[in-house]
Amino acid sequence: MKNRDNIWLNLDWITVFIYLALVLLGWINIYAAVYDEEHQNILDISQRYGKQLIWIVAGIFIAIMVLLIDSKFYAAFAYHFYGLILLLLVGVLFFGKEVNGARSWFEIGGVGLQPAELGKFATNLAIAKYISQFNFKMEQVKSYLVLGALIAVPALVIIMQNDTGSALVYAVFILVFYREGLNGMVLFWGFAAAVLFVLALVLNPFMLLLFLVVISIIAFGVVRQSIKEVIRGLIIVGILFGLAIGANLIFHLGGSNFHMLLVATIISIVTMIIYGLKNHIRQVIFVLLFFFFSVGITMSVNYFYQNTLAEHQRARIDELLGISSDPLGAGYNVNQSKIAIGSGGLLGKGFLKGTQTKYNFVPEQSTDFIFCTVGEEWGFVGSTVIIGLFVFLFIRIINLAERQRSRFSRVYGYGVAGILFFHFAVNISMTIGLAPVIGIPLPFFSYGGSSLWAFTILLFIFLRLDASRGENLR
Amino acid sequence: MDTFTKRKYLLIGIFSGVAFIIILRLFFIQVLSPSYKISAASNVLRRVVNYPARGLIYDRNEKLLVYNQAAYDVQVIPRELKAFDTLAFCRIVGVEKEELVTELKKAKSYSRYKPSAVIKQLSSQRYAILQEQLFKYPGFYIQARTLRQYPDLIAAHILGYVGEVDQRQIDQNPYYESGDYIGKIGLEQAYEEELRGTKGINYMMVDVHNRVKGSFENGKLDTAAMIGKNLVSTLDADIQRYAEMLLVGKVGSVVAIEPSTGEILVLASSPSFDPGMFIGRERTKNYRNLLNDPLKPMLNRAISSSYPPGSTFKLANAIIGLEEGVIGDDVRYSCHGPGSTPIKCTHNHETPLGLTAAIRESCNSYFFQAFRATINKYHNAEEGFEAWRNHLLDLGFGQKIGADLPAESAGNIPKTSYYDRFFGKNRWNVMTIRSLSIGQGELLLTPLQMANMVATIANRGYYVSPHIVKKIQNYDRSETTLQFEKHVTQVRPELAEIVVNGMEKVVESGTARTAARLDSVIVCGKTGTIQNPHGEAHSAFVAFAPKYNPKIAIAVYVENGVWGARYAAPIASLIIEKYLCDSIAPRRKYLEQNMLTSNIIGDQLLSGGD
Repeated sequence: MKNRDNIWLNLDWITVFIYLALVLLGWINIYAAVYDEEHQNILDISQRYGKQLIWIVAGIFIAIMVLLIDSKFYAAFAYHFYGLILLLLVGVLFFGKEVNGARSWFEIGGVGLQPAELGKFATNLAIAKYISQFNFKMEQVKSYLVLGALIAVPALVIIMQNDTGSALVYAVFILVFYREGLNGMVLFWGFAAAVLFVLALVLNPFMLLLFLVVISIIAFGVVRQSIKEVIRGLIIVGILFGLAIGANLIFHLGGSNFHMLLVATIISIVTMIIYGLKNHIRQVIFVLLFFFFSVGITMSVNYFYQNTLAEHQRARIDELLGISSDPLGAGYNVNQSKIAIGSGGLLGKGFLKGTQTKYNFVPEQSTDFIFCTVGEEWGFVGSTVIIGLFVFLFIRIINLAERQRSRFSRVYGYGVAGILFFHFAVNISMTIGLAPVIGIPLPFFSYGGSSLWAFTILLFIFLRLDASRGENLR
Repeated sequence: MDTFTKRKYLLIGIFSGVAFIIILRLFFIQVLSPSYKISAASNVLRRVVNYPARGLIYDRNEKLLVYNQAAYDVQVIPRELKAFDTLAFCRIVGVEKEELVTELKKAKSYSRYKPSAVIKQLSSQRYAILQEQLFKYPGFYIQARTLRQYPDLIAAHILGYVGEVDQRQIDQNPYYESGDYIGKIGLEQAYEEELRGTKGINYMMVDVHNRVKGSFENGKLDTAAMIGKNLVSTLDADIQRYAEMLLVGKVGSVVAIEPSTGEILVLASSPSFDPGMFIGRERTKNYRNLLNDPLKPMLNRAISSSYPPGSTFKLANAIIGLEEGVIGDDVRYSCHGPGSTPIKCTHNHETPLGLTAAIRESCNSYFFQAFRATINKYHNAEEGFEAWRNHLLDLGFGQKIGADLPAESAGNIPKTSYYDRFFGKNRWNVMTIRSLSIGQGELLLTPLQMANMVATIANRGYYVSPHIVKKIQNYDRSETTLQFEKHVTQVRPELAEIVVNGMEKVVESGTARTAARLDSVIVCGKTGTIQNPHGEAHSAFVAFAPKYNPKIAIAVYVENGVWGARYAAPIASLIIEKYLCDSIAPRRKYLEQNMLTSNIIGDQLLSGGD
């Protein structure tokens, strides 16, 4: 008795409220997205909005059940959950139904179950459990390896299901590790590598080399903590480049700008080595390593891009980066989506009055592109409100996580925030052309029982842990 | 609480930062940029393909051989479909309801927002009716296409026809999409790229009611359509028609070339087919019927079939013998008629005889001995045969000689290695291969090669690669005259002249005197009767006229025609007469009637669908 009361008193109702608000708003938008004059009743079960209500109600039941279970249960069975879901993930490769080229669903009596969705909270539990162990130290190599495996294994199996988009979520756990002590440089280098990846695709060789040379010089300046060095470096390279161009013109060597810059760079590197032999050798080596490492990444980017990505994935990235434009093919969804959202203006066209939505110009509008309905019918104001709600949710969860005494709960909490954030960021960015089209849902908003339940479980486990934060010590 | 607590600020910062970027972008596209608003009002992109008119084909006198007619495909965009009166629709377009339902299902599974053709090649009448009522059937569109139309049903084999492109062709050439047309067989195929032009693509902005609002991005992505180029062929439509009429009731072919230019005047093959059968709703059935017809109407016997040339080949052996210097007017061989050995001669004539007489009487004995002399001039049979073979290659045999003819057969001149394998090295000699002397045995020529042979003789020693197209007309009315290779053979003009004289005698007083002699023109020819183990002998005749400044060289090959002068020679001479004199002399009218009405195929019905 006492425990039950504690739960309901200690439960973070603010979060529950936001959850219900998002779910409800999602449901209304699905109605607007799929709206069809012949089936006006929002409770009509033959339509998606009717079905979504069923998923919502079921979801609430699931949430209550999650809350009723003792919080220690989750910590105790974390690895078991993880193992079970892993089995399901592998199982779906053999027994699953193939949908849109991806084999990621079980079909049981007309109801679909997607193990990839469940994998998120299961992995989160496993990570939390591992990090909260007594002897855990983030700096140890063993920690790196185990944590890396814990997130890589499910991700790889999901990639084998041909559902690369869903697998990308697992990268967000790096943020969780960061909070638990992972060296910030990993985050930084990861981010830098991503930027380099994009630049390598977008810039031509000359600009790319110029960029790499400049940041290497800046890196040197940072390491030496001196702006003078940066300016010196830039001047040296600049002069060499100018000389090279001059020689090219005078002797009619016929080289391109790229060749000239390359020549200048090589001479600079030699100069640097000579300079470094006299002093500051360690920093010189660091900068040179940095430079060559970046060059290596850029060169492998192209190889990776051509040979590892599938054609439709390349097409989407090309579309996003403006490398190619195919408004009726790869770019169709996003083009229509941007039109729908853009046409919403400041205040939107009003509920059920979105013409793009009404005439079904945006494909997948009740699932991946549900945000279009918000953008078109509720305008900039409405969109910002929804975004605000989400951000408020993330920050709230982080703050809740911080107030946990148990490390397990805290890690798990950060995991929840990260996973929700990833879906939110990528899904909405996709609809406005800031991210390539990856099929992942907007949490609580997109149509679908599987994803709604999975997110509900994910969130409510944390709420349960939080409700008993007074008791947990680990 | 934890050494890393402060890190929460970075994470909150990342979350807020990303959300901020998103809001910024939303601000830009929702509030600042007006283009999306405008786009929404005219929101869907429709990709409209403009199929240009396919190039026309003319004959050498600018008579139209193939032109275009408009046809209409009914397309559907499944997403835009609303409930409609299916019965009324089916009545208008003339389709069964089940068929329509099946096609709609296929369209839906292909793509919900890309158009699929559900009814193809709707007739103009039905199109007119449907067009008026189209507003009742949202989601349906009409795509205009062009189909081929033939003012005269001639030259089906060489003109070819047009059909839908198949998956393999789409894979090979991305220009083609599903539903496009492509030339199949004949000129339609050989000159596909010139004839088809370039299709144009327009991206249109269409509003909710599917009214066209303008071009997408001001036509930045559009490509212009370019109409197909016209072909001026070398065929003479009137003579081609005449040849085909003469061939009715027989299985065989006619090839006529203008010797000095290599232009093919006539290329006829019988039985033929109606290319109009590949248009319309019955086309698949018709095609199957044609394929299964045992007489193979789709086979172009003039260039794709190779036959033993029989006695017509004696002309080649004569030339080779003259080139090798082993025969001439002064060299005479004896012939004992049907009693000759090793090859018996089927005609009774003077003996001994020289080359001109041998050609005139088609003497097997003479030609065997001439052949033997040619081969035995060398150290051994192998060397002799090689030399003989090389002469043939020089004359254009054993290879494809047409410059722009699709599906040409190269015929067959046996190689030394063949005999070596068959008989054993050094175990064969001129006796073993003696049937080659009279144009039988393993030798195979196409009627085109036979016609080219007489063209070479007519030109006294050279030929121009036979071709079917002489000019290509561009859309700006400029013309490109095509150039073709002139092959000068080793035949010296004075030697050719000797053979020409022989050929003149054939028609004047030899084996073709009844069938081929004309009053106003000197015709030079050679008959051939080809033994056929499966039935009646084949009838062949090659000729050119006039003897000086020849204008036409012709080869006629009639399967099972019994003997050369029975069908091939009359047909050839009638064509020559028609071509050179415009009409047939009264005394030869009976011959013309005979050829027009004779039918040696018998009761075998020519199936061709209807």
